[in-house]
Amino acid sequence: MLKQIEGSQAVAAAVAMCRPEVICAYPITPQTHIVEALSAMVKRGDLAAEFLNVESEFAALSVAIGASATGARTYTATASQGLLYMSEAVYNAAGLGLPIVMTVANRAIGAPINIWNDHSDAMSQRDAGWLQLYAETNQEALDLHIQAFRIAERLSVPVMVCMDGFLLTHASERVDLPAPAQVDGFLPRYDPRQVLDPAEPVSIGAMVGPEAFTEVRYLAYERMQQALQVIPTVADEFDAEFGRTSGGLVRPYLSEDADMVVVGLGSVLGTVKDAVDELRAAGMKIGVLGITTYRPFPAHAVRDALSPKNRHLVVLERALAPGTGGMVTADIRMALAGRRAPHISTVVAGLGGRAITAKSLRALMSKAAAGELEPFSFLDLDTGLVDRELARMRATRRSGPSPENILRDLGITASRIG
Amino acid sequence: MPYQQIKFYQTGSFAVGNRLLHEEQRSVQSEARRSNTLTCGHRACQGCGEALGARYALDAVMRATKGKMIAVNATGCLEVFSTPFPETSWQIPWLHSLFGNAAAVASGVAAALKAQGRTDIRVVAQGGDGGTVDIGMACLSGMFEREDDVLYICYDNQAYMNTGVQRSGATPPAARTATTQAVGSEPGNRFGQGKSVPLIAMAHEIPYVATATVADLRDLEYKATRAMDFHGARYLHILVPCPLGWGSSPADTIKVARLATESGLFPVFEAETGVVVSSTPIRRRVPVTDYLRLQARYAHLFRPPERTETIARIQAAADRNIARFGLMPEYISSERAVVHAPTPGNTGTPGKR
Amino acid sequence: MFQVRFHGRGGQGVVTAAELLAEAAFTEGRHAQAFPSFGSERMGAPVMSFCRIDDKPIRTHEPVTEPDALIIQDPTLLHQADLFAGLSRDGYLLINSTRGLGELGLDEFVREFRAERLRVVPASELALTHLGRPLPGAPLLGGFAALTGMVSLDSVVAAINGKFSGPVAEGNAKAARAAFDFITSERKALTDA
Repeated sequence: MLKQIEGSQAVAAAVAMCRPEVICAYPITPQTHIVEALSAMVKRGDLAAEFLNVESEFAALSVAIGASATGARTYTATASQGLLYMSEAVYNAAGLGLPIVMTVANRAIGAPINIWNDHSDAMSQRDAGWLQLYAETNQEALDLHIQAFRIAERLSVPVMVCMDGFLLTHASERVDLPAPAQVDGFLPRYDPRQVLDPAEPVSIGAMVGPEAFTEVRYLAYERMQQALQVIPTVADEFDAEFGRTSGGLVRPYLSEDADMVVVGLGSVLGTVKDAVDELRAAGMKIGVLGITTYRPFPAHAVRDALSPKNRHLVVLERALAPGTGGMVTADIRMALAGRRAPHISTVVAGLGGRAITAKSLRALMSKAAAGELEPFSFLDLDTGLVDRELARMRATRRSGPSPENILRDLGITASRIG
Repeated sequence: MPYQQIKFYQTGSFAVGNRLLHEEQRSVQSEARRSNTLTCGHRACQGCGEALGARYALDAVMRATKGKMIAVNATGCLEVFSTPFPETSWQIPWLHSLFGNAAAVASGVAAALKAQGRTDIRVVAQGGDGGTVDIGMACLSGMFEREDDVLYICYDNQAYMNTGVQRSGATPPAARTATTQAVGSEPGNRFGQGKSVPLIAMAHEIPYVATATVADLRDLEYKATRAMDFHGARYLHILVPCPLGWGSSPADTIKVARLATESGLFPVFEAETGVVVSSTPIRRRVPVTDYLRLQARYAHLFRPPERTETIARIQAAADRNIARFGLMPEYISSERAVVHAPTPGNTGTPGKR
Repeated sequence: MFQVRFHGRGGQGVVTAAELLAEAAFTEGRHAQAFPSFGSERMGAPVMSFCRIDDKPIRTHEPVTEPDALIIQDPTLLHQADLFAGLSRDGYLLINSTRGLGELGLDEFVREFRAERLRVVPASELALTHLGRPLPGAPLLGGFAALTGMVSLDSVVAAINGKFSGPVAEGNAKAARAAFDFITSERKALTDA
């Protein structure tokens, strides 16, 4: 059924249709609307689940671990600082093989504190052993949650569904909400591979020493390899049942004959496609490669999607790896190792909610086409602001907190209305 | 635990034959059919108070729940010695997640059971003092505050033993640990620090809070059983001497625990909804030095010159506990002191006949 | 694609207005996107929201930098720098005020634009009359419908009734109608003149 609703509401509706038995969450911007909506559904009796208001994100995922180990379909959501706070549990859930589904409403990580969208939170946990799926639109966000439970339970692996904070969570867009009966048909009852049950006692979470740790961890790697098969299979099954393309590993757009391909994750792909269409109309041979599944990294799918014609890749990074630069770029390079690799430019864009505009993107791509784009750069960096702060720091030791200096330079201070 | 007057003719022993007691008051451990929840083969040290306490507490819970329980364990001695790869000594469904989240994980297990309509299965969370008092405090308080249906058992050996005897929020003043060493002008743990989790639990006004030790194992079994009469958040704090960390003889574990209670340093009591409803009176009071001298972690107090001031401060703390919890009833008759079992009308004044 | 930018202060329903406009477009079978300029929740602080309407799916997620229409819910924001940034010369401007554009000090400004597309409507007063509270969002949408024709008044009312109920819905709908009539008769007067 078509509806015009906020992304968070769409996700909450989709999650509710998946019939989770335990929902536990701690509020953090910009995930709050999702868990608020679910709590209301449970309280009204529209959703038969246990809803726990927990005291921290660490507790949230811990409660999820206990519930999932007891055989309950379990859901939680977080972002940014909250994801970091539960990091120990993030690794624990993956190591224990518990099919928890968690929404990450992508938000920057402080310091400095910032509530706006980028991918640094999910990126920080990319090697914890969870699957990471990135939604391009609100439609895909709700679809991915339904797919996520199926994938997670089939593999016994937890899944992070990443959706851009505010840009998707707080944007009202048209979505097609499936019928609950359809979702019931798509999602059978959770049949755990391991479960706490007095009738058949098992010990879950025992220590594993050097004699066997490698082998147990190899199984985690193996699950990721299986995921590379299961994810596209489930996407096909979803298409067959619900009638639309959603999820999967990668999504190319006009890339077959493109000289230049822009690579990205999440909602920025929509803006990129608008810019690409305009540049195409002006004669540039340019395309897009959206990465929908980031973990496991779909190396073979990326290789298959790119041809020797694609001589220049521009990788948009929505997070910064200080000390090295790009994260997605590194995965792409590894995927293309052994081939004659295209020229790759890494562009760090949209940190902390800095808007990525079609205008900036067009300028970026034109610059790239003219061969003037550096191998590593920041989109829309205000070099004046940076240079002035560096000058202040050189001039005196007690230069003070850089963020405060820069904000004052920008003319934004607490006493003034920006 | 509630006492009943029984005339018996043995002397010099606290043992009472089970057949003289009502079935519900008989020791679980004396039954051949006991669960052996934590069965033999674990790797605990000789004389480990925690292994002893865990076995008694959990077998009692198993009897009370007719074998339907799930345990969640924090990282620590119990978790490590009970599951040495590739073996486990647990005969129940058992989950170990992390160090600080046992209470939250247990809340999740309880929520799942509730969602599945299987609330006949009960949940126990357990951890050492470190995993409870320090790193587990937030999750514990959250579980209390939400009244999740979990019994949390803390095995308190008063330091982070598994990692090499480091100080925790439960380490008593003046005690030597690896991070509060017996050196300098004020050797051992500092005075004025630390927290009482039983009192914190009471402040949450949860249905049932109790303390116990491995010196009175019957009382421990009673309290674990009593805790299962309630639903909602419950807390049981058990003093479990650690020969390694305390520097006491493995043969003295039970004796040391008894001296802790008889000196007044470790009050044994029960509370319901934030009010003390019973406390175990001290039968034969001992000075704290009787207790301290048995443990090398206090040896620095007795090396000449004896630290009389420090010992006096410890004694003062014991005196305060005795007054606060009413551990020495105003008069002691020629017969043994009687402590009323908790009744609905009990306003919480402990120990008065 | 038609892009609208709303300006107001926290607590005035700026975000709701954008969402209602999107809903109105949706009821007409069109694609729409509405979102706020995001920030911590704070009453009284300047906020913006955006709405895009199109006949094909809307893919972009950037803020509206070149609005086709500006709706100003709070005239105290008028002399903020950049309030009108990006408004095209054929753009529409709708300001919530009882004073005229001249009184608001915008005479110079409006010369760059098409006069009949820049209007003022006393939305807060209409809301006070019909709803009992000075919430200008709904009447501004009614005025917007009359000014631009991008959505019909019926769609605006349908959106209002979808979001609110009872006397709140009725009051908002009446205020929207009143604003619609206000703008329509003004335009008529203009064209007749």
